Amino acid sequence: MKIIELKETITASNDRDAEVLRGELKAKGTLLINLMASPGAGKTTLLERTIRDMKDELRIAVMEADVDSDVDAVRIEKLGAKAVQAHTDGMCHMDAGMTRRALEGLGDESFDLVVLENVGNLICPAEFDTGAGKCVMLLSVPEGDDKPLKYPLMFTVSDVLIITKTDVAPYFDFDFDKCIERARKLNPNIRIFAVSAKTGDGFEGWEDWLRSAVRNWKHEPSIIQE
Amino acid sequence: MHEMGIILHLAKTLEETAEQEKIKKITRVALEVGEVSGIMTDYFEECWNYFKKKHPVLEASELELITTPAVTWCDSCKRTYPTVQYGRTCPYCKSGETWLLKGNECIIKEIEVED
Repeated sequence: MKIIELKETITASNDRDAEVLRGELKAKGTLLINLMASPGAGKTTLLERTIRDMKDELRIAVMEADVDSDVDAVRIEKLGAKAVQAHTDGMCHMDAGMTRRALEGLGDESFDLVVLENVGNLICPAEFDTGAGKCVMLLSVPEGDDKPLKYPLMFTVSDVLIITKTDVAPYFDFDFDKCIERARKLNPNIRIFAVSAKTGDGFEGWEDWLRSAVRNWKHEPSIIQE
Repeated sequence: MHEMGIILHLAKTLEETAEQEKIKKITRVALEVGEVSGIMTDYFEECWNYFKKKHPVLEASELELITTPAVTWCDSCKRTYPTVQYGRTCPYCKSGETWLLKGNECIIKEIEVED
């Protein structure tokens, strides 16, 4: 008998796969965004408006990850963007391997931006690196400003927090300052936007960020160690 | 559901290690599981016993789960305290300016293999 000390995180194999995928996407100049949120936070609605606004300047594709059904993919395709439905076979998150297979489903076409709409869940998706270049999370006003306290990892791994459904804010006790303060405490570098997909409020800031993220991904030298 | 996902990755990580190190049989896998990692240990063991049968190198392995304590840091009085007992409020100064230092991790500590 021999004992081998590993001291590796349990998801080490996924982390390695994710790093390889990220490198390949960087070489292709495709920015993959891992979009995460609770069910009903408005992921698909945010994407619909973003695609409508930006489809003439960026080649966009969407990968919808759900446990079942293809209702979201159908909504995206109606706007003329390429969409694939990825089923997670009961799993509560997407990992790097599933993301790679979903990307293959998009075919040989090249895209500037691919959005992976992860399974609606604030816990598990945060734990698995998909190989995305950027992680974006949504928090809708009805969910409450205390979510950074309850689901800290999600706020820690996200590059961007979009507070959605600001149009219904008058009906809820959502404290924007408190929410932002809580999120920044977990992640001082997180970019925060507050938007309403219904009125279009706040979309300029989010779309500007997206535009420069796509540009930087294409032109900045790779930071990934060979 | 979550446990199943983690087991899949654990099995894959171990298989890769076995291949690299030319290990034929792993007999014990020791995991350090943080108290607040969200992993339910009984369910985790059940999942493991089901999954290991699908991997020849893991088939004969025992899973050892070592629970590691969760510790929270209080930024107001600069002290640490046990998370599970006191939650988010510091027991010394009652401040809510606290965050988790450790206890949400899940690490493969070591494996025992046949020579």
